[in-house]
Amino acid sequence: MTQHDIIIIGGGPAGLAAAIAARKAGIGDVLILERDDKLGGILNQCIHNGFGLHTFGAELTGPEYAERYSDQVEELGIPYKLRTIVADVSENREVTYVNSTEGVVTVKAGAIVLAMGCRERPRGALGLPGYRPAGIFTAGTAQRLMNVEGYSVGKKVFILGSGDIGLIMARRMTLEGAQVCCVAELMPYSGGLNRNIVQCLRDFNIPLLLSHTVTKIHGKYRVEGVTVSQVDGNRRPIPGTEEFYECDTLLLSCGLLPENELSRQAGVGIDRVTGGPVVDDSLMTDIPGVFACGNVLHVHDLVDYVSEEASRAGEHAARFVKGSVPEGREIRLEGSGGVRYTVPQLIRPDTMADSVVVRFRVADVYRDKSIAVYYDGVRVQKRKKRIMAPGEMEQITIRKDGFAASVPEKITVTVED
Amino acid sequence: MQSYELTCIQCPIGCALTVTVDGDAVKVTGNTCPRGEAYGVKEVTAPSRTVTSTVALTGGALRRLPVRTAGDVPKAKIFEVMEQIKKTRVKAPVKLGDTVIENVCGTGTDVIATKTVK
Repeated sequence: MTQHDIIIIGGGPAGLAAAIAARKAGIGDVLILERDDKLGGILNQCIHNGFGLHTFGAELTGPEYAERYSDQVEELGIPYKLRTIVADVSENREVTYVNSTEGVVTVKAGAIVLAMGCRERPRGALGLPGYRPAGIFTAGTAQRLMNVEGYSVGKKVFILGSGDIGLIMARRMTLEGAQVCCVAELMPYSGGLNRNIVQCLRDFNIPLLLSHTVTKIHGKYRVEGVTVSQVDGNRRPIPGTEEFYECDTLLLSCGLLPENELSRQAGVGIDRVTGGPVVDDSLMTDIPGVFACGNVLHVHDLVDYVSEEASRAGEHAARFVKGSVPEGREIRLEGSGGVRYTVPQLIRPDTMADSVVVRFRVADVYRDKSIAVYYDGVRVQKRKKRIMAPGEMEQITIRKDGFAASVPEKITVTVED
Repeated sequence: MQSYELTCIQCPIGCALTVTVDGDAVKVTGNTCPRGEAYGVKEVTAPSRTVTSTVALTGGALRRLPVRTAGDVPKAKIFEVMEQIKKTRVKAPVKLGDTVIENVCGTGTDVIATKTVK
């Protein structure tokens, strides 16, 4: 069986940054496996600008951001296989992939970096009543059809869900001559970034209906319209509030789900809230030598944070291959009181770096509240935040020297007054 | 005197701005920092945006070439710029940053390729 030092599953922003960091950390034998016919992942279809403000201090488009990383991969001569789908990852770090030139191949890895990204929540997972006519797309599928394949997706569009991709597509389709009648959002707030609401909806006078959802899809062969209802505090449609919107296309932007089928096959422990692997401060899963980063780990708001996190995963994978294994005592991290989860979920104080960034999301919109950190019930950090919203990731830093006196069993991150 | 209600997009706080224009005098209230004031003034006096889209591509591995305006163009000219972009066809190979349309609609800004296609 062929052996590689590090195998990276996925050639999107996370996989590319992890590969570059691993190579720069001195690992010569790094291999990227990518199922699409080009590197860059979802960035290829995100032709809008706004990427890279943190990483490059510039507002790049998705393809430009991707090319900065794929150029580095080429310059460093990191090998990659395109049109190659990974069929299985095993607990002993064997990766089985399939492509049309080699057939089915199983290779052994010194370390694996999971960087498969995420997938959109499809109609089937939303329980939308009605027929199954043509014209219903997830926002990302419509984005790919329009921006990469060059198809016109629809003329009169209704968008359910105010996630960023939905907002971006509202502008994109308007610019291409479609009429976007409305964006409906189940929650009382938008899950998208403020600037997207302003520049993608308000710029084009597209209404945003909060606390509304689609309660019926009309049309047997092609979408002919949708019925939209207001929902109550429990997200249940309120009878009598139905309104009909004529449209030929329904786009769904209702959340992203980390794509962890391979991780599950390998037996990696999955966090119920993030839908991604449980990792320690080195971004290693509960299978030694298997690391995770990017949207497969938890859905990020900005690609800049994906790149930064993936670089760390690549560095830690390199260290693992060289024989430095994260081990020793474990501190559990947990979110409570409005903090939905933390990544990592575990810190190993004996092998951790001098400081570890812990990222999380909050459950609601909070104004003038604080983020507090407790070590076994004793508060050690408190920071005021003017605003926190579910659509944006928050972070705290845990320092190793904070454990000099004693190591807590549990670290709790919470929202408080 | 005219008054505009805006949401500031300079940071996640999203202050609700009221911008009043009285002749040459532009006044911003509701902001909590100088960036908000600058944003409010610009949005009512000279709003501008970067336009991103795709153009038809032949001779390459892709059918569409992603493009953007190199700088911002006046907001009022967005659809005019889109018309020019829709009419444009490009032949591969193209390099990221190559000019696709010079001085689009007289805005002083070029439309450039945002991807290299061999």
